[in-house]
Amino acid sequence: MEPATLQRVIDRAGLDQLLAAIARRGFRLIGPAVRDGVIVYDDISSSADLPAGWTDEQDGGHYRLRRRDDDALFGYAVGPQSWKRYLFPPTSVVWRSARDKDAGQDPGGAADGAAGAGAPMAFIGVRSCELRAIAIQDRVFLGGQHTDPVYAGRREGVFLVAVNCGQAAATCFCVSMDAGPKAESGFDLALTELLDGERHEFLVEIGTGRGADVMSEVAGRPAGRPETQAADRVTEQTAASMGRHLDTGGIKDLLYGNFENPRWDDVAGRCLTCGNCTMVCPTCFCFSITDVTDLAGTEAEQQRSWDSCFTMDHSYIHGGSVRASSRSRYRQWMTHKLATWIDQFGTSGCVGCGRCITWCPVGIDITEEAAAIRASDGATGEEGHGDA
Amino acid sequence: MHPVAEPVTEPVTGPVAGPVAGPVRAPWLDREPWRVAATRPESHDTVTLELEPPPGRAFSFRPGQFNMLYVFGIGEVPISVSGDPAADGPVRHTIRDIGAVTHALCTRQPGQEVGVRGPYGTHWPLAEAEGGDVVVVAGGVGLPPLRPALYHLLAHRDRYRRIALLYGARTPADLLFPEELACWRGRFDVEVEVIVDAASGDWRGDVGVVPELVGRVPFDPPATTAFVVGPEVMMRFTIRALTRAGLSRDQIFLSAERNMQCATAMCGHCQLGPFLVCRDGPVFCYQALAPWFARREA
Amino acid sequence: METLEHELRSHPFVGDLEPAYLTVLASCATNVEFPAHRFLFREGMHASGCFLIREGKVGLEIATLGQGPIVIETVGAGQVAGFSWLLEPHMYQFDGRAIEPVRAVALDGDELRARCEQDPRLGFELMRRFAHLAAERLQSTRLRLLDVYGTPHAPRR
Repeated sequence: MEPATLQRVIDRAGLDQLLAAIARRGFRLIGPAVRDGVIVYDDISSSADLPAGWTDEQDGGHYRLRRRDDDALFGYAVGPQSWKRYLFPPTSVVWRSARDKDAGQDPGGAADGAAGAGAPMAFIGVRSCELRAIAIQDRVFLGGQHTDPVYAGRREGVFLVAVNCGQAAATCFCVSMDAGPKAESGFDLALTELLDGERHEFLVEIGTGRGADVMSEVAGRPAGRPETQAADRVTEQTAASMGRHLDTGGIKDLLYGNFENPRWDDVAGRCLTCGNCTMVCPTCFCFSITDVTDLAGTEAEQQRSWDSCFTMDHSYIHGGSVRASSRSRYRQWMTHKLATWIDQFGTSGCVGCGRCITWCPVGIDITEEAAAIRASDGATGEEGHGDA
Repeated sequence: MHPVAEPVTEPVTGPVAGPVAGPVRAPWLDREPWRVAATRPESHDTVTLELEPPPGRAFSFRPGQFNMLYVFGIGEVPISVSGDPAADGPVRHTIRDIGAVTHALCTRQPGQEVGVRGPYGTHWPLAEAEGGDVVVVAGGVGLPPLRPALYHLLAHRDRYRRIALLYGARTPADLLFPEELACWRGRFDVEVEVIVDAASGDWRGDVGVVPELVGRVPFDPPATTAFVVGPEVMMRFTIRALTRAGLSRDQIFLSAERNMQCATAMCGHCQLGPFLVCRDGPVFCYQALAPWFARREA
Repeated sequence: METLEHELRSHPFVGDLEPAYLTVLASCATNVEFPAHRFLFREGMHASGCFLIREGKVGLEIATLGQGPIVIETVGAGQVAGFSWLLEPHMYQFDGRAIEPVRAVALDGDELRARCEQDPRLGFELMRRFAHLAAERLQSTRLRLLDVYGTPHAPRR
């Protein structure tokens, strides 16, 4: 296909046609919506449900929705939730079995597999950092020798409509993690919102055959040079206005070599080990299994729920936790996210979305901590202290 | 040379937008009900279960690997296979009663069922150790994961030079597999040294700690492989004694332990620095593990 | 005398002492034998010396109320039993009992201490060896204090 037909321009009405075309194909539409003062991902039916005219003001431990002076539908960054709650639900039943006194135990089977997911999902408005986060979780749940059937069932056939960010929040650093702001691949369709005075249009990049199929039912025109250039300017400007930066040069060796850096004590003095960061992070995947049975002991279930490395239970063996101090747990989280993840799964675990910074009650900033360790590389706290 | 899974190296290019290819090998779904064929108390708190797989289900494992054993409605734990890898018939698992699930396992009766999935994890490098001396060092309930290796070493005795077993336990009553120990000790081609932390008056063996045994058995350091399993403190000091005796780090293999829940590298609990113990272990070459093994609260 | 010197020279604990000192030690030494179950020394007894074990095994025991004697250390060929002779109050802290028939070289503690007063260098050489032995025993004891094979939360023995 020629480049011109891979990119089309649609208006707001066309956007509603696009959503309707996807819904007609049996997908459940999930997209951003304002709820309780934040932007979450929820069921939507048309563009009227989108957060038109809203933006988010974010910083360490700070999130507020503010009114824009225009009607942009995607004029914000990311909220506390990520798409992981739909692919990797906070709780699910992973195994169920019944036991008969005579026949014995049946082998049991999948409970919330593909059947538990309901209709296939369409994610509307997926940021580049979020596409990367989905790919990272794909690697964990699908890319090894074993596969998670719950994740696989929900992930299969998900329709992805990406959106290229028109602004960066003060906590964004996707550029540092090479995860945005422009979505490069892995989507069915990618939108760039073009808002210019009276004109309110969307450049649509077609990524797959089924994306093209949907677009065949949407009124629009082929994209011309002015529109593609305008779209490029949008993402370039976003890339140039990142709120945070994280130097990833040699980050793995840096963190491996600074296990006893006194900076960890500094963070430990602030970290509440509340685990918010792990809940909002789009890549955190730790889960725990709970065994549940009915009172008669004839039915048993294994329930899976999100876990966090900040809990004491996470590293529990032999009557105690390996990581008992808050210092060791913060260090585990950050070292895993930026360094050991690379050895475990071949990629970084961080996409630079900044949620951990925004939603930390005390505003601990992973980019600031990384910079502080880099600045004190090699310190162990055992250096002499004057006359202390 | 060390049994670590190859890291994934392809760059991430984006989510897979389409159907997931291939058969799904999943934790939980792989679980099958096995039958308890026999139970054997080994000490006051340790039991060996002989588990029979469902009819038609072939099972094989390599020394060092573990299964996930599930008790209906109670829970699931990782247990090393402790039997002979070359033998047919029920598969032996030796379990210490220290919690709700292990208590349920230790009180299973013949005819009852246990959910089993596996085997998982890495194995002792028995092939690579051929042609040299092998020193097997076990502390407490560290002997069961090593017993399959001992069976293999003795079944292929001519492939190895000197073989020694160094074994420590709390008291003489806590020694596991005493008949087999006596049998191995009775051979002229295996050295067996046993030591306990403390003993009552009728024990004629040694009293002290396992690292003290390292100097007792002859081995040729440049051509020796050591397998070590036991409480982490015991492994640390044993490794120290082995390196003082001339072994280098890549000649020492140990079995590390962490909280394992899924056994399939997905739940994140068993992390030990860059390693996932269920996937990259439990058998590790000390060379790879050394920087992290020494770190507190890693 | 020559036999004693030869036996001392072949014992790892003192074998590398210079020949003159081995002669001194030999003059304070006697060959001893204990059948199995015989006590070499008893707790509270005056520490008359130490035993360089040549053959057999000695168990260091503590008598308890109701549990019989507990063996807290075994000492075998090439090792040393008893170093309470070196320091005040020169009293054995434990029972030492032959587990297997024992052949040893017994060193007279009072005599040896007098010779060390006369020649501090000899004293230093012996003190160094016994300090090393004490350190090893201390480490072994500390490791066992951890009760690494014990059940978590189980009462300490």
